[in-house]
Amino acid sequence: MGEPATKEPLSLEDLQASGNLRSGRKHVLSILVENKSGVLTRIAGLFARRGFNIDTLTVGPTDDEHISRVTLTVDGAIHPIDQVTKQLHKLINVLKIRDLEPNDTVARELALFKIAADGTQRGELMQIAEIFRGKVVDVTKRSVIVEVTGTTEKVEAFESMVRPFGLIEMMRTGEIAIARGRGET
Amino acid sequence: MRAVDAVMECLKAEGVDVVFGLPGGANLPTYDAFVDGGLRHILVRHEAGGGHAAEGYAKATGRVGVAFATSGPGATNLITPICDAMMDSVPVVFITGQVRTELLGTDGFQEADTIGITMPIVKHSFMIQDPLEIPRAIHEAFFLARSGRPGPVLVDIPQDLSRAEIPYEPVADVRLPGYQPTLDGNQKQIRQAAKALAAARRPVIYAGGGVVNANASEDLVEFATADRFPVTCTLMGLGAFPARVGGEPHPQWLGMLGMHGTRAANYAMDEADLICAVGARFDDRVTGKLSEFAPHAKFIHIDVDPAEISKNIPAHIPIVGDAKHILAKLLVEYRALGADPERLGDWWTRIEGWREQYPLTFEDSSDTEIKPQYMIQALHEATAGEAIVTSDVGQHQMWTAQYYDFPAPRRWINSGGLGTMGFGLPAAMGAAVGCPERTVCCIAGDGSVQMNAQELATCAQEKIPIKVFIMNNGYLGMVRQWQELFWDGRYSHVETGDYPDFVKLAEAYGATGMRFEDKTTLVEDMKRAIATEGPVVVDVKVTREENTYPMIPAGQAAREMVG
Repeated sequence: MGEPATKEPLSLEDLQASGNLRSGRKHVLSILVENKSGVLTRIAGLFARRGFNIDTLTVGPTDDEHISRVTLTVDGAIHPIDQVTKQLHKLINVLKIRDLEPNDTVARELALFKIAADGTQRGELMQIAEIFRGKVVDVTKRSVIVEVTGTTEKVEAFESMVRPFGLIEMMRTGEIAIARGRGET
Repeated sequence: MRAVDAVMECLKAEGVDVVFGLPGGANLPTYDAFVDGGLRHILVRHEAGGGHAAEGYAKATGRVGVAFATSGPGATNLITPICDAMMDSVPVVFITGQVRTELLGTDGFQEADTIGITMPIVKHSFMIQDPLEIPRAIHEAFFLARSGRPGPVLVDIPQDLSRAEIPYEPVADVRLPGYQPTLDGNQKQIRQAAKALAAARRPVIYAGGGVVNANASEDLVEFATADRFPVTCTLMGLGAFPARVGGEPHPQWLGMLGMHGTRAANYAMDEADLICAVGARFDDRVTGKLSEFAPHAKFIHIDVDPAEISKNIPAHIPIVGDAKHILAKLLVEYRALGADPERLGDWWTRIEGWREQYPLTFEDSSDTEIKPQYMIQALHEATAGEAIVTSDVGQHQMWTAQYYDFPAPRRWINSGGLGTMGFGLPAAMGAAVGCPERTVCCIAGDGSVQMNAQELATCAQEKIPIKVFIMNNGYLGMVRQWQELFWDGRYSHVETGDYPDFVKLAEAYGATGMRFEDKTTLVEDMKRAIATEGPVVVDVKVTREENTYPMIPAGQAAREMVG
């Protein structure tokens, strides 16, 4: 496919990537990297040129100032996760990669929702926020900002609940994740 | 001492004996250090020439090649060699100048984001931000370039930092906690591989450039001849298994495989029940149509780079490690099993049948016309098969791969992965500098050679005696062949005609120019060219519209071989 030998025009279906070795689920990769300039570019660049799509990405310090942690989620339904991790391992600044098992992992993200709400709707909105253990962090006459922490699914459920009120803006951090139990992530 | 003097000390400590490069504004301090640095520097005429020369040096010697360039255009001119070295796993350290730190990010004169531009095509790179980092970065660059799966490493040094005074102490260790290549291979997996090989009825050993990189050629021969394993090599692996012994074809050698490989090799892969891949990566030029590649085979895949294993073809027995370590262990395990070589009798009968029916052959001319294939046979004869041969990319490359019958590793130097036209001449220059005792020939295409012909000036100035044989058919031959075969013969921009006059060009550069047009005297003429002192360029006029066969059309299966 795409060979210069094939004179016949290619159909768009032909051009769609063929699948192999797909795990078929979302993967949360927890990656320890050396805290050096350009490391994030190397990771992002690797994903771009191998055609892997990053769903979410967070970077932060660890208890060791020389080491940072990158948590990223990729869709194993689209990408061969084995190739993703092997290619990541080839980056010299990548120290450790863990493909977290969903059942053995606590994953959270933080989201801020700015929702249109006047006096008549505020009560109902605050009830919903309470059910989701969200926090109202700002109120004006015409809007409310709610902070929600939780799994991606919970954040998305909250979003669908408040969208009918008029979602002005939403910001999400992307997931961070930590392995359950005594062992290190 | 100045940081740049420390660079010289680092290079010497790494055993570097030559640097290929070209100075400019941002690396003026570095070039000042060359004056008293005690290191040989070869002034190239284009940074790409320097980069490919460093590759040729590295491939011929097995040591790390070194190329220098200035910032901006100097660095961007290195892009092709860097990418080439990445694709073919060539250990080269590139050291580029960068604008002063205060100018970084301001679009300063000759500023380019060298680290950013090269990021996808290096094994690793170091952006120097503190002059104290320089010695460690250089040593780690060499360590990374040569270890594990070799590759290009770039060190970018801003001009002001290179002038800084630093205390220099030799660096004895490397601190690369994220880099621990596996070399030894899992013993259980090796044992399993030995068992599978002992049980196989139709095995093939498929060896690639990894065997050459690991200096594992002898181990490969020893293992393959411990039984009667048929062996084929990739384009990059040629020479890892000798095509001939004592002037006769090696009985276990099937020839190269892949798009322009032999039928024996490709058909053997097609019918094999077990394929043992050593330092090879199932490139599309080898597999053709993936879904129909070696449909009956199980795969043992030995590679130092775990990311290659199961990338294109799922491996049944993956073994991560260095080919030399693993082949030695595999031999011990295999011998212990005492497999019966007689079990391969039927398989060899089948292979012999293909060999007899489809030998590598061409229709020779009956007059004085030089067929391109014959040109390679003549070179083999003129050099007794003992030359280092480099090539560009195209038909001439494939014919050289098919007909030179390389007897040993590191004799065949070409651009396989990236397929870089203009690689051959500068690579020959680097190989000749690295191996002054050996005849170094470049088989060039008339299209390719001009892409780095400027290095003839370097060769003349430095008295580097490369012998360049241009296979001149007046076409970009391989593209012409594809247009003829697959695009209804609609030739589009493939004819180069009689330009330039290569004899005059050679003479203008201070090399000796010759032109050969007669088959009957070709071998003697070639001997004469090789015996001529200094760089020689020979314009060899060959049949214009000869096609490279056999051939698996791109994206098809081995069974579809034509020609």
